[in-house]
Amino acid sequence: MAVALILLLIAIGSVLFHLFSPWWWTPIATNWGYIDDTINITFWITGFVFTAVILFMAYCVFRFHHKEGRQAAYNPENKKLEWWLSVGTGVGVAAMLAPGLVVWHQFVTVPADATEVEIMGQQWQWSFRLPGKDGRLGTSDVRNISPENPMGLNRDDPHGQDDVVIENGDLHLPIGKPVKVLLRSVDVLHDFYVPEFRAKMDMVPGMVTYFWIRPIRTGTFDVLCAELCGAAHYQMRAKVIVEAESDYHAWLEQQKTFAGLSGRNAVVRAKYNSGDD
Amino acid sequence: MVDVPYDRIADIPPAEVPDVELYHPRSWWTRYVFSQDAKVIAIQYSLTASAIGLVALVLSWLMRLQLGFPGTFSFIDANQYLQFITMHGMIMVIYLLTALFLGGFGNYLIPLMVGARDMVFPYVNMLSYWVYLLAVLVLASAFFVPGGPTGAGWTLYPPQAILSGTPGQDWGIVLMLSSLILFIIGFTMGGLNYVVTVLQARTRGMTLMRLPLTVWGIFTATVMALLAFPALFVGSVMLLLDRLLGTSFFMPTLVEMGQLSKYGGGSPLLFQHLFWFFGHPEVYIVALPAFGIVSDLISTHARKNIFGYRMMVWAIVAIGALSFVVWAHHMYVSGMYPYFGFFFATTTLIIAIPTAIKVYNWVLTLWHGDIHLTVPMLFALGFIITFVNGGLTGLFLGNVVVDVPLSDTMFVVAHFHMVMGVAPIMVVLGAIYHWYPKVTGRMLNDVLGKFHFWVTFLGAYLIFFPMHYLGLLGVPRRYFELGDAAFIPPSAHSLNAFITVVALTVGFAQMVFLFNLVWSLFEGEPSGGNPWRATTLEWQTPETPPGHGNWGKQLPIVYRWAYDYSVPGAAQDFIPQNQPPPTGAVQGVAP
Repeated sequence: MAVALILLLIAIGSVLFHLFSPWWWTPIATNWGYIDDTINITFWITGFVFTAVILFMAYCVFRFHHKEGRQAAYNPENKKLEWWLSVGTGVGVAAMLAPGLVVWHQFVTVPADATEVEIMGQQWQWSFRLPGKDGRLGTSDVRNISPENPMGLNRDDPHGQDDVVIENGDLHLPIGKPVKVLLRSVDVLHDFYVPEFRAKMDMVPGMVTYFWIRPIRTGTFDVLCAELCGAAHYQMRAKVIVEAESDYHAWLEQQKTFAGLSGRNAVVRAKYNSGDD
Repeated sequence: MVDVPYDRIADIPPAEVPDVELYHPRSWWTRYVFSQDAKVIAIQYSLTASAIGLVALVLSWLMRLQLGFPGTFSFIDANQYLQFITMHGMIMVIYLLTALFLGGFGNYLIPLMVGARDMVFPYVNMLSYWVYLLAVLVLASAFFVPGGPTGAGWTLYPPQAILSGTPGQDWGIVLMLSSLILFIIGFTMGGLNYVVTVLQARTRGMTLMRLPLTVWGIFTATVMALLAFPALFVGSVMLLLDRLLGTSFFMPTLVEMGQLSKYGGGSPLLFQHLFWFFGHPEVYIVALPAFGIVSDLISTHARKNIFGYRMMVWAIVAIGALSFVVWAHHMYVSGMYPYFGFFFATTTLIIAIPTAIKVYNWVLTLWHGDIHLTVPMLFALGFIITFVNGGLTGLFLGNVVVDVPLSDTMFVVAHFHMVMGVAPIMVVLGAIYHWYPKVTGRMLNDVLGKFHFWVTFLGAYLIFFPMHYLGLLGVPRRYFELGDAAFIPPSAHSLNAFITVVALTVGFAQMVFLFNLVWSLFEGEPSGGNPWRATTLEWQTPETPPGHGNWGKQLPIVYRWAYDYSVPGAAQDFIPQNQPPPTGAVQGVAP
């Protein structure tokens, strides 16, 4: 029976493809291994159901395909069977949902010792901001944005003066420290997406969204935008570098603070205005 | 199973309303063009939907060419790529699938299957089609205006959709929103018709629990559409106002190309809620008619009653109701209040239970059947496989935390194409092979049909099954080019090229199908009135194709449910719904 055989091959082929295909998730770089575990549980349960249904169909087609003189059975319902199948499905669903919700609870609960990092999206580039020595990010507003103040920081906010502002650069993060990533956009939706981090969240103009991670391995990772943001969406790239704490601090020392940047800009502007540049 | 004695008097209430005089066409124009006959309107809907669907098919080839062989085709740039994906998505979901299932199959099958002469409001039904045609023309006109159609993605998310960084910001988005508004107006006229016809115009003896599942599927989907489309309607109107009059329903204070814009105070998330409050039920608006039709295909071609009819009806209704409380599972990473995730993940996964029941009952219908592997049956089998596959990957995306890494990747693209692209289209194609003899009086060619099935089904599976794994790897969707990214190996590019080649092959097979449709119209074998030996009323019409008024002088009277196949002791392996029981006999089940 060719049709039954093809159905059988689809079931077997899909399982083999799953086991041997070279395309699998990237090696994880954060604490969100729990997410991978939940995906694995889901693969096991759904894979079992998929294979069972297709094999059963293949069997039916093989065993009950039309032959001269065959008559179909007449059985409109089977309450008991339907009941057991529903309960079994319910158990399978619960087995996927329960771990999923537990991990989601961890995902939305930011540890108290997490340091904050701000990532700002705009068409089509990323900017980053780290709190300075005071450990606090200053306030910001889209209306403050100007060539000298691309992230729109509030000039009068003392907490913002020592903030480290990185434009057109890469973001560095220390390994092992929980980070609360605050996300902001100045124009359209964006989404800060590093496949190795697993976590991601849209950036919405007018809102501050967040996720948190704890990097667990060093390396350089590609940043992509995962929410369609216009013509150059596919070119909106940056890099994140996770490194040892000492390397991170060495990098941090070289970065400019907001006060430094705006001071320099003020000097440049003054020079320009006086015409002696 | 319980045999119940038949009591004709108790089962068939006397007619409460006399047969109403029909509107009769007086000229060629009112018979074939401005027709009020649901069957003609159905064909008009189907042809228009198929025509715009072919445009969507060509767009999919263009985007696949770009994805499979980036940099090779200089006539596709990044802007056009976004325009292609946007138009492809919107056409397929709304203008093809919704219009074909409800406007096409709904119009043709509802009056015939419930034993009515026509829809209850024929004039409004005619208007519905013409407004739909206008919506399609407005949509298609976007290809010819300066800037071209919108490239905002089929979700049309603001602020992006109406700002200058997105292609089609001038005219395209305005035409798109206008077309959607027109579509919804047209659909509402048709939809009210389908609902009222099912509720009010059933023939004597056709109780709700004797309706074929096709009618249950289309009916429930229509009720849902009438409740869901208004959300898209207001969303479209508000977005249009933001774009044209400078209101700020969805627009916060923002910077547009380096300049502070005039907008302020609106919420981009509000649009997403409105869109998905429509958008998720929309998935089931497409799926429920497919569920219903495929149930009838399986039952007829396996010569066996559908297993668990009552459970199937309640599952359709339960899925329809639940689908209104799951919409925000499309927004897990949108930045909405994160605790909503608990609620929406739970409701979403609960939907899996009635859906699974439907799958079980389809395969249990095959069990101990007399399975005729006709082309409609093959498509039904193809539907079950692709639907099970796509439904199960939905359990990944519905489970909030699993969605976080997978959202906005090719996994999502593969999932929704499998579950609401390939699976419903399997049903559409199977249904065309099934009902073409009733519509034309001729059979479609079987050899071409089997070729069409195997290339389409295996090809579609080869396209979308591996695509999930690209998403698992992390390949994002809506990317013109993947460019340099360390995590994407060269093998992923090879897979993309493979998918493109298969997609073009599947596209070619559809041309064979179109040829079959036209060729069989003239050369196909005459089918007779009931070639599949089916029980439902549309196969019992006095004429094939059914004439104006469907039933000749006398409306049919229904004595049994739609699934009396292979009844023990019966002379044939099917008993039509309108066949009266022999006087005094004990037979059949009256559920």
